[in-house]
Amino acid sequence: MLEIQNLAMRFGGLLAVDGVSLDVQEREIHSIIGPNGAGKTTVFNCMSGFYKPSGGKIIFQGKEIQGKPDYKISRMGMVRTFQHVRLFTQMSVVENLLVAQHRHLNTNLLAGLVKTPNYRERERKSLDRAAYWLERIGMLDQANVDAGNLSYGQQRRLEIARCMVTKPQLLMLDEPAAGLNPAETLELNQLIVSLKEDYSVSVVLIEHDMNLVMDISDRITVINQGRPLASGTPQEVRANEDVIKAYLGEA
Amino acid sequence: MATSNVRHALFCAIVTIVISYPILGLNLEAEGVNIVLTGTDATTIVAIACAALIVFLFQLFRDSVMGKLGAVSDLNPLTGRKPMEQDKRAKLESWVLTGLVVVALFWPFFSSRGAVDLATLVLIYVILALGLNVVVGLAGLLDLGYVAFYAVGAYTFALLSQYYGVSFWMALPLGALLAGLFGLLLGFPVLRLRGDYLAIVTLGFGEIIRILLNNWTNVTGGPNGIGGIPDPTLFGMEFGRRVKGEGNTSFHETFGIAYSGEHKVIFLYLIALVLAIITALIIRRLMKMPVGRAWEALREDEIAARSLGLSRTAVKLSAFTIGAFFAGFAGTIFASKQGFISPESFVFLESAIVLAIVVLGGMGSQIGVILAAIAVTILPELAREFSEYRMLIFGATMVLMMIWRPQGLVPMRRLHITLKTQE
Repeated sequence: MLEIQNLAMRFGGLLAVDGVSLDVQEREIHSIIGPNGAGKTTVFNCMSGFYKPSGGKIIFQGKEIQGKPDYKISRMGMVRTFQHVRLFTQMSVVENLLVAQHRHLNTNLLAGLVKTPNYRERERKSLDRAAYWLERIGMLDQANVDAGNLSYGQQRRLEIARCMVTKPQLLMLDEPAAGLNPAETLELNQLIVSLKEDYSVSVVLIEHDMNLVMDISDRITVINQGRPLASGTPQEVRANEDVIKAYLGEA
Repeated sequence: MATSNVRHALFCAIVTIVISYPILGLNLEAEGVNIVLTGTDATTIVAIACAALIVFLFQLFRDSVMGKLGAVSDLNPLTGRKPMEQDKRAKLESWVLTGLVVVALFWPFFSSRGAVDLATLVLIYVILALGLNVVVGLAGLLDLGYVAFYAVGAYTFALLSQYYGVSFWMALPLGALLAGLFGLLLGFPVLRLRGDYLAIVTLGFGEIIRILLNNWTNVTGGPNGIGGIPDPTLFGMEFGRRVKGEGNTSFHETFGIAYSGEHKVIFLYLIALVLAIITALIIRRLMKMPVGRAWEALREDEIAARSLGLSRTAVKLSAFTIGAFFAGFAGTIFASKQGFISPESFVFLESAIVLAIVVLGGMGSQIGVILAAIAVTILPELAREFSEYRMLIFGATMVLMMIWRPQGLVPMRRLHITLKTQE
């Protein structure tokens, strides 16, 4: 469903990403790993429309999307989380989830001012979906807490839920396990797998926690210094000598 | 530690003297064609010395004094109080608000003309502040040129009435719509800007409008302004002693009562009151709607908002347009109330005052903003004897508020949203 061909991103004289290709199938967890500064997040930023790639193609469901504005890409069903959690901290948890459903709501000002039936119906549906996902991540009783007052692990989970209420087809997670303790990482592991199994979402994952990556990934792409190093199943990647030298280290 | 305290206290005392002596202790008096500098009497000098002493002592013992002040909150019987239940509180609030509106409706019939006139001005500021609250408080876009939209509303009415004889009721929506259009126009070039940069551009925009009005003499009358702006009519009834408009009747003749200048003042007050209530209700609803949440999301984190499919263009432009729309409302009422407008009414200080109202009241909080608008407009009138120190007190209040209550008088409370599955 997603295909990246020869992606390149140049910042002035620095070629941050060069010739990266990858393809993501339906209902697949595809991980991108590599040392710090390898260009993983830059790839994400190109995919989500934050950067305009200097070269290459990004094809999502048969349409070229490179260079499109970020909010349009998100509306097509490709939503991301951030390396550093970016919640709307002064808004309540449930409001965070409602904002994310903006495009599914009736945003006509007049309809809202007179509360037409269609407007009410869509508001109610969005509240129900928010409630469903809050229950799913075990935070229903925190619905009216300010998002900034949540614990770090809860903020991580809320960020994923906030993506899921937009009904995406493809979810991009940027280091979701960073800063989580082992128990929370395990919860996250189960959550990501269930997103794939129960909600038919494809996941592109950037992560440094090798246990998590090897455990849940269907396929892995390794990037080093902006260039693709290897690609394949977890077993293949783990056995690849270049990868061991550049990233995994000798056992 | 002790010596540094003494030095700091001494410094503060000297600053007090340096600031207050030239202001209070020296007078410029005209003597024929010359201006002479004269000293003031002994009491003022003693007072300045006392003030310096108080500052010195306070700074010297600041730590222990502030420590004691901090402990005072334990004595406050309200600190440990539990917050009221959600629905009970909402019910109480709506009763109190309804009561206040009823009082506000009947109050002018029992007060003086001057008070009603002042209240009209308060309501104009309420509308302005509620509108700016959308732009600054909710969407987080610092707008220093808000007065431009106020001017657009006022001048729309003034010009339309002067050249085309348009009445107040026709001009009211037109002024608001045109101001909204200007908001949209300003929105486009500043889409990518945030924070300081946005503030500078909006500041410039406000000045452009004022200077344009000042210099486009053959249309706007330049610094001479425009006079003879008609009063609002009630179903074709005028409030003047003699009927001016064709086909109109006069209010006091229709009802067979004696003419009184107060009728007009009260009528204007009631119009302003109704419009202020409408403004408050509409913005209150907008805050609960998707667009209101989108404004706040953009304020909180623009990148995250965009990554969730919110279009920055649509959200920012809607905030600017709606804020400007209500400023246009206020401008039309202002023009009608004054009967005369000139660019002097729309200087930067007005923008600053409205912004101060929003910040003092509590960004995003409607009740706070309304209270602050009342306080900021009425207090200077009550303290007329101190009128020379008005800006000084105003500035000091701002500084103190920002130190002790940066969230404003009545900070915004988040709406409690009940989820169905919880019940």
